Amino acid sequence: MTAQTMPVRPAGDPRLRPVPWHRMAWVNWRQHRVALAGVAALLGAVAVYLWLSGLQLHHAYAAACHSSGSLACTLSFTGRYGITGIIVTTFLQAVPALIGAFVGAPVLAREMETGTFRYAWTQGFGRRRWAIGKLVTLAIVLAAAAEASSLLFSWYDRPFVAAGYVIPFSARVFDLLGVAFPAWTLAAFAIGALAGMLIRRVVPAIAATLVVYAGLAFAAAVYLRQHYLAPLLASKPNLPGSAWVVNEWFTKGGHYALPARGPRLVSTLQNLCPAMNTSPAQCLTTHGYVHWESYQPGSRFWTFQWIEAGWLLALSVVLIAAAVWLVRRRAA
Amino acid sequence: MNIIEASGLSKRYGSTWALRECTLAIPAGHVAALVGPNGAGKSTLLNLAVGLAEPSGGAVTVLGGLPAGSAAALDGIAFVAQDTPLYRNLSAADMLHLTRNLNRRFDRHYAESRLSELGIPLNRRAGKMSGGQQAQLALTLALARHPQLLVLDEPVAMLDPIARHDFMALVLTAAIDDGVSVVLSSHVLAELERVADYLVLLAKGQLQVAGEVDDLLASHRMLTGPTPLADRYPPGPVVNTRRGEAVTHLLVKAGADDPVPPGWEAHSVGMEELALAYLREPGAAALPGPSRGARPSEVAR
Repeated sequence: MTAQTMPVRPAGDPRLRPVPWHRMAWVNWRQHRVALAGVAALLGAVAVYLWLSGLQLHHAYAAACHSSGSLACTLSFTGRYGITGIIVTTFLQAVPALIGAFVGAPVLAREMETGTFRYAWTQGFGRRRWAIGKLVTLAIVLAAAAEASSLLFSWYDRPFVAAGYVIPFSARVFDLLGVAFPAWTLAAFAIGALAGMLIRRVVPAIAATLVVYAGLAFAAAVYLRQHYLAPLLASKPNLPGSAWVVNEWFTKGGHYALPARGPRLVSTLQNLCPAMNTSPAQCLTTHGYVHWESYQPGSRFWTFQWIEAGWLLALSVVLIAAAVWLVRRRAA
Repeated sequence: MNIIEASGLSKRYGSTWALRECTLAIPAGHVAALVGPNGAGKSTLLNLAVGLAEPSGGAVTVLGGLPAGSAAALDGIAFVAQDTPLYRNLSAADMLHLTRNLNRRFDRHYAESRLSELGIPLNRRAGKMSGGQQAQLALTLALARHPQLLVLDEPVAMLDPIARHDFMALVLTAAIDDGVSVVLSSHVLAELERVADYLVLLAKGQLQVAGEVDDLLASHRMLTGPTPLADRYPPGPVVNTRRGEAVTHLLVKAGADDPVPPGWEAHSVGMEELALAYLREPGAAALPGPSRGARPSEVAR
């Protein structure tokens, strides 16, 4: 044993400099490299697939779709590749949830479950700084990786948009494009981290993260997103293909008359035009009905992207702050 | 300097008081043993001292007045928790590097040479180590930080006798050679007797005995005499009575100079005997008056 004498240090030295933040980089890397490698493998495989499949798509589109919506385009491009596009987007929708569950949830839950928090929180780094150093660094790394995937996906998705097969506002692709994808990834990670700190066990925290994330993503797509800005109104609509129709209905004599789909519309049509020798729109127009649509124009795409990314970022900051606060407060 | 100082310290979990109105000052430069039955509040007191738990009432300071859990306190205290939690998937070398990155001071040379003396390969994962090796690794990591105070919660509970002996030897070396103050809780009274020179006894969340072992031993005596005479002894200073059919043993608060009643024989007591007597009598107490400061000799260390 090396005989060393303790350096005499005045108690409560105010010049005590904290352990520098960058030391946390190695700690994070060493403790989470398996999870990060998993994310890299997942996103790497996605990237390779998107690249190869995307080249094929772009060629097929260039060959078949001289005018979008043409029969040739429908037959050789959207008809052939559309289903692939749907499978790819469905899979990508799950990626943030997987990252949140398998990277976010264990970060704190494993420390609590195995008792290693007693080690980690009594080191000189300090438990609050430890929690911030962990969560913020991992959040930034994951969001950056997600942004890279999102850029590649938007390139992949371009022929589908150009062919009029999908609009960027579609719930299937909106949160995979632009800044929404990294924001959703960030939110999933933050949900996982907080769930881990609240539940303190890895497996239940993973399950809770998947449930909460799925609920939030569903609510945003179905209920929330259409209300980011007040929709525009059009009667006798002839909307551009990029517009996202939020709602449509019929009026007569200035009053609401009919929804634009459903059994009431069908029975009205049967009463008005029993011969069925005109198109439904024609039939209703001749009987004095006016078709209205409320919609979000395609030009609002980036505004909506930033609104969605904005509230998700704010939510993530709140969730991570709550996790850090719990780390500080949690009694052994 | 007091290495741990508590005043009116209380901790409640739900409706249960784990620690109640504990006022205590452990001076620096000791190996202090924290003894008590299960649920007496030993771990609670240690968790409060290292800042893992927040008091429900009262206050605890460490290292001469630093608030427990503050940055300066964490810097000067190394804690080895019960069951020595380590990252099971990390190797010894990784644990060394991790601890180095999380602290201002870390004596890598000391840690590595210590592990090689112990025969723990640097590339072995913590999860693959024996209980003894895990405990030694956790202790090595703690000592390599050159703490002023080493806090150990039930460090040898899971160890076999040899590992226990080796572990305590390392603790003692650190205390003697490097002047590290040590506070450890344990059930193993025999082990503590060899290393501890300060005793803190807790019962049901309350402080029962606190003081230097030498002072405590000097102020207690074991009296042995005929059972029929046992009740004649003035009950005040009697801590514990062990009544046999013919012979009764009384542990009494009495110094070597105090008179021994006729018919009785006085012996000095050991720490284990003393601790057992108090553990059997949770109502008895031996506490110092107003907390004393450290003696000059201790500050010099």
